[in-house]
Amino acid sequence: MSIEDLLRILRECAGAEEGVTIDESILDTDFDGLGYDSIALLEITSRIERDFDVRLDDESIDSGATPRNLHSLVNDG
Amino acid sequence: MSAPTLVTGLGIVSPNGAGIEEFWARTLAGDSGIATVTRFDPASYPSRLAGEVTDVAVEDNLPNRLLPQTDRMTRLSLVATDWALADAGADTAELPEFGTGVITAASSGGFEFGQNELQKLWRKGSRHVSAYQSFAWFYAVNTGQISIRNEMRGPSGVLVADQAGGLDALGQARRQVSKGTGLIVTGGVDGSICPWGWVAQTAQGRLSTENSPDRGFLPFDARAAGHVPGEGGAILIVEDAESAARRGVAGAYGEIAGYAATIDPPPGSGREPGLRRTVETALADAGCGPGDVDAVFADAAATPSLDRSEADAISAVFGPAAVPVTAPKTMTGRLHSGGGPLDVAAALLAVRDGVIPPTVNVSPDPGYALDLVGPGPRAARVRTALVLARGHGGFNSAVVVREHR
Amino acid sequence: MNRRVVITGMGVLAPGGVGTKEFWKLLTDGRTATRRITFFDPAPFRSQVAAEIDFAPELHGLGAQQVRRMDRAAQLAVVAASSAVEDSGIGELDPYRTGVTVGSAVGATMGLEEEYRVVSDDGRAWLVDHEYAVPHLYDRFVPSSFAAEVAWAVGAEGPAAVVSTGCTSGLDAVGHAAAVLAEGSADVMVAGATDAPISPITSACFDAIKATTPRNDDAEHASRPFDATRNGFVLGEGAAVFVLEERDSALRRGAHVYAEVRGFASRCNAFHMTGLRPDGREMAEAIRVALAEARTDPADIDYINAHGSGTKQNDRHETAAFKRSLGEHAYRVPVSSIKSMIGHSLGAIGSLEIAASALAIEHDVVPPTANLHEPDPECDLDYVPVTAREWATDCVLAVGSGFGGFQSAMVLTGAEGGRW
Repeated sequence: MSIEDLLRILRECAGAEEGVTIDESILDTDFDGLGYDSIALLEITSRIERDFDVRLDDESIDSGATPRNLHSLVNDG
Repeated sequence: MSAPTLVTGLGIVSPNGAGIEEFWARTLAGDSGIATVTRFDPASYPSRLAGEVTDVAVEDNLPNRLLPQTDRMTRLSLVATDWALADAGADTAELPEFGTGVITAASSGGFEFGQNELQKLWRKGSRHVSAYQSFAWFYAVNTGQISIRNEMRGPSGVLVADQAGGLDALGQARRQVSKGTGLIVTGGVDGSICPWGWVAQTAQGRLSTENSPDRGFLPFDARAAGHVPGEGGAILIVEDAESAARRGVAGAYGEIAGYAATIDPPPGSGREPGLRRTVETALADAGCGPGDVDAVFADAAATPSLDRSEADAISAVFGPAAVPVTAPKTMTGRLHSGGGPLDVAAALLAVRDGVIPPTVNVSPDPGYALDLVGPGPRAARVRTALVLARGHGGFNSAVVVREHR
Repeated sequence: MNRRVVITGMGVLAPGGVGTKEFWKLLTDGRTATRRITFFDPAPFRSQVAAEIDFAPELHGLGAQQVRRMDRAAQLAVVAASSAVEDSGIGELDPYRTGVTVGSAVGATMGLEEEYRVVSDDGRAWLVDHEYAVPHLYDRFVPSSFAAEVAWAVGAEGPAAVVSTGCTSGLDAVGHAAAVLAEGSADVMVAGATDAPISPITSACFDAIKATTPRNDDAEHASRPFDATRNGFVLGEGAAVFVLEERDSALRRGAHVYAEVRGFASRCNAFHMTGLRPDGREMAEAIRVALAEARTDPADIDYINAHGSGTKQNDRHETAAFKRSLGEHAYRVPVSSIKSMIGHSLGAIGSLEIAASALAIEHDVVPPTANLHEPDPECDLDYVPVTAREWATDCVLAVGSGFGGFQSAMVLTGAEGGRW
């Protein structure tokens, strides 16, 4: 999964709060800071699981994680 | 009911205009929003006309975060609520925490969202179903999303009675206001213009199969052959007079003075339908008589048997052709649970401006003995107006609005 | 006008046995009706358990046309409503003075999914084909058909509507009906709730948010409210419908009164469509207002029929709400969740909980929370684990919590008004 793939999935599955643009500048903002709730995270992780044929642990991504953490988890396991 | 329940704000998203003044100008001009469906290709269906809301850029009016998790009717309802609260000059953050509530009507929920997810489920498998499906399609979604966006924590609710439900929401909002909740966001914004919703409505057998927008929806006309469905509606801010005064509101569109609802006996029972009784009960609730009513906003089904029963009920209460009757929904189509609230909004604007909006395209069948307003608007002092709505299955609801002095 | 409202008739269809007697026996035996899903092949789903009713509509007086016309949820509602009217002994109803309120969270989900599969050829076509639609599809499209069917079945022509506030629908529908009756808009209300959501689309959407339990290898014990090992709710189905009457006229005709609806309130958390704040503020406020309307104090509450869905967040939220609204009394009053036995039937469950609450008053027995073996330090109240308890019960608080942020509370008391 490329960074571009991840950003596209974030845009499609959860969108952005007012004043936020989903681009490389948000990779180190935690999901809480992006306004992503648990449902948004479930939507994102289940999309990644389907599109990239990976399994992500239920507990591995929470609101304190960042998009970069998620990217590493998917690519490095 | 002691203190009057006032309407202090309106948010309108109608096929013939978004925003109060745009809607009202086009309505008085007889400018219809009915056209061929654009949301999907209707060519393979027997009915091809709809009233689509075309001039609201929801994406510009709502945070992008809300878009993946909302059906179109929810987005429109959130925009309409923003506008209604602004119109009322109400900042919910400044009002008592549990002193504001949301009571909307629904009919089929977020049906287009639901179609997408059903398709994913059956074409691709259960793991493809969105997490948002757990609430985005269901009937309570607009009330829930409106309450979250505006931090309203008071008594809330959702009523479903097909097209009649929009008036039931207003009735329930008035009940809660009279029990002490200062401000309620109410009304309905609805619509299911997607293939799956279209097929469900086609099955009812009451959609017009006309292709020409000016012949598609002709209530009380000898040519009546079904209605055109639409999307949109209106959100109303209702308040009790005292709490409105407390936040310095000087004027109001008017008051919700009366409300009643009934359901018809089973089909084939031979018993009288409930509409006449509904009108009489609503007038009694408002403490007024037939002679006080200056305009009737009809349900206007455009199915001959239903037009007949509505005309009979109106004549039974008011006398033949004794009260001006109008159906501005001939310019929008029937908006499900959004239809009644939009008619109430139009009735309040009629009170404000002293003009009854027209019924368009209709050549009234004299057999109905109605004084149908149209094709142009009619100048008239409107102190009291009656709004009627009926829903599939025999639901009848009526709201009386009255000028507030 | 503000008249007092009593429950004089009851019709219940719940998993584990159709009828009020069977329902109460299951609850007081502490048996569970949760099992591996049989309505469809659950193998592809994360959660594969549900509480299903073995229901044959033709055995309950529904004709072939009614069965064809109505979604399963409507069938359950009509059978429950007819039983309630019969149970009330009220005889011929005055149509104009009788109204109907039916609660339902998800309407005709089951029937709509079946029809969608046909018109879309199992999801292949986006432009679904109207030629394959059943004639009564519109009755599934708009769930107000449930209220119409009930009205026709019992002969009501007064105010009628469906209340659809997610998983508080069953409490809110009865609360709504009580308000209509109290203000004088009707003299009798046939009110309750129904849902029959056990279908692939429902399972898929709750799977997607991991709200339902994955405890598939132990279906009988899968619903574990307040237990430390709880990990989601078990989907259920059912209906409970009541006859509500004005108290004086019910007493005049010598009606059997199950309970009085003394107070009701609902609030919204305005927080999240599915999430709950752990502090329980809004539910506590609903409880506070319902108690005030009932003119009761926290100490008057003899039993709490909890929402107790068995999700991590709900049971914690609710426990906090009880402490917040009832203070020290929260630790003294028995609290239980019947969802441990009959699952979570979404909009219907609130009415089933009202039925259980009224029966607790009637029999002075409180139903247990089944499958509660391992206490959770965050849930430290008396949840009546495993075994029903004989308990003098005159005043019950029933609460519910629903997607959309709805929080509702109802206070029910015995026929004679007990201590009041």
